[in-house]
Amino acid sequence: MAVFRRQRSPQLFSSRPAGALRTLFLILICIVLMVYDHQTGRLKQIHAALATVVWPVQVIVDAPHSLLVWAGDKLATHVHLVNENADLKGRLLQADAELQQFAALQQENERLRNLMQAASHVSGRVSVAMIVSAALDPFRHMVVIDKGTGDGVFEGQTVLDAYGIVGQVTRTAPLASEVTLISDPGQAIQVEVNRTGLRTLAVGSADLTQLSLPYVTNSADVKEGDLVVSSGLGGRYPAGYPVGIISHFERNPAEPFAHVAARTAADLGHGHEVLLFWPAQTPPQTELPPKPAPTLKPQAKAGKKKS
Amino acid sequence: MREFSSPRGLWTVAASYLAALVLTIWPLPDWAEVFRPVWVPLVTIYWCLWLPERIGVVTAFFAGLLVDALSGTLLGEHALALVLVAWATLWLHLQVRVFPWWQQCVVVLGILALHAFALFWVDGMLGYTLGAGLRWMPVLVSAALWPWITQVMARLQNRYRTA
Repeated sequence: MAVFRRQRSPQLFSSRPAGALRTLFLILICIVLMVYDHQTGRLKQIHAALATVVWPVQVIVDAPHSLLVWAGDKLATHVHLVNENADLKGRLLQADAELQQFAALQQENERLRNLMQAASHVSGRVSVAMIVSAALDPFRHMVVIDKGTGDGVFEGQTVLDAYGIVGQVTRTAPLASEVTLISDPGQAIQVEVNRTGLRTLAVGSADLTQLSLPYVTNSADVKEGDLVVSSGLGGRYPAGYPVGIISHFERNPAEPFAHVAARTAADLGHGHEVLLFWPAQTPPQTELPPKPAPTLKPQAKAGKKKS
Repeated sequence: MREFSSPRGLWTVAASYLAALVLTIWPLPDWAEVFRPVWVPLVTIYWCLWLPERIGVVTAFFAGLLVDALSGTLLGEHALALVLVAWATLWLHLQVRVFPWWQQCVVVLGILALHAFALFWVDGMLGYTLGAGLRWMPVLVSAALWPWITQVMARLQNRYRTA
């Protein structure tokens, strides 16, 4: 085979040089792109355009699953559907019964909160999205969902599943958006331990099912099995949604903080459906972080001048 | 000797890249994720080796941008790594073409190590330094797969007369 090629290819002895100039130029472009993308995040249009270009690839990857679901829907037997219907009705009844109690409890909670003059819980609207592909890089926990800006998805939006917080939307395109999971090593979420109200941070680890809580002091009252919920303090995630369950707590007198790990409440590795969360009161446009910046800067400058 | 009659069967190249992209994001069980071969660099190495007059750093750059878009990394991260892969392959391609298969594997291992290092370097600057040891698994797996990949690709190239 190699002989065949050598006869055919006239380039064997007159190959062009590897194009050092061109290579250098492209490397330079890459570095400029990366720096610009990282520091300013102003390449949204290019990201959106590229995401649309690679959309067919994601569709191909997702095809077997959608086909299976579609075939399952088509081939489901009457008996199966009737059984499922009965089962769902039963569960709905149960849920309704629990919901009645929940409504009463919620009102009571709201009243108590008003008495304590605490901020009330934000409630919101949710909508289902399908995960079309998972991240290519096993060290970054990211998934792509099939809802984009066309469906009202915005950057920083909270993504949930049936069991807890999944992550947040980090990039949007017209047809799809990227969700970074809370287990991503670059992510952190403001949490509190449900039992004691202890506030701390949960950061991602390299493991899809584990979070680490690096800033819990040795004297803190934390037990294995404690539920960890979002505290809503960062302004990014809504408060009161399950984040994880403490799976490991080890006091470590040699260090200022204990070794604490939590198992993620959401089923990050397996589900195919997630819920997008729209907060009820605040419209999507108003973001909290940019606001304080202009007021802080002049103060900082003034402080510098004084000193 | 630059003038070819027409770019024949370049869609084979496009199809191989599409297949590589699909395989790159094909869902795998968690334990297999760290062993996933780096398909796009492998395809790039093959075409730079056997079609250097058509496929080179520019193709690699655009393929890299697509990988960046698929994987949600910084725009330019995989592009940079793939440009390095294409450049190294083009630089060595005349020697590597006549190497026996095991020597080719060693060279591919080296080029893919460069690829992994470029990605690791950028990730390191961004603070993604966890799991550093596991990053070399795909390099080893991919280099070990090289003889089979080159067989399959050569057959496709001959059948569809890609030149």
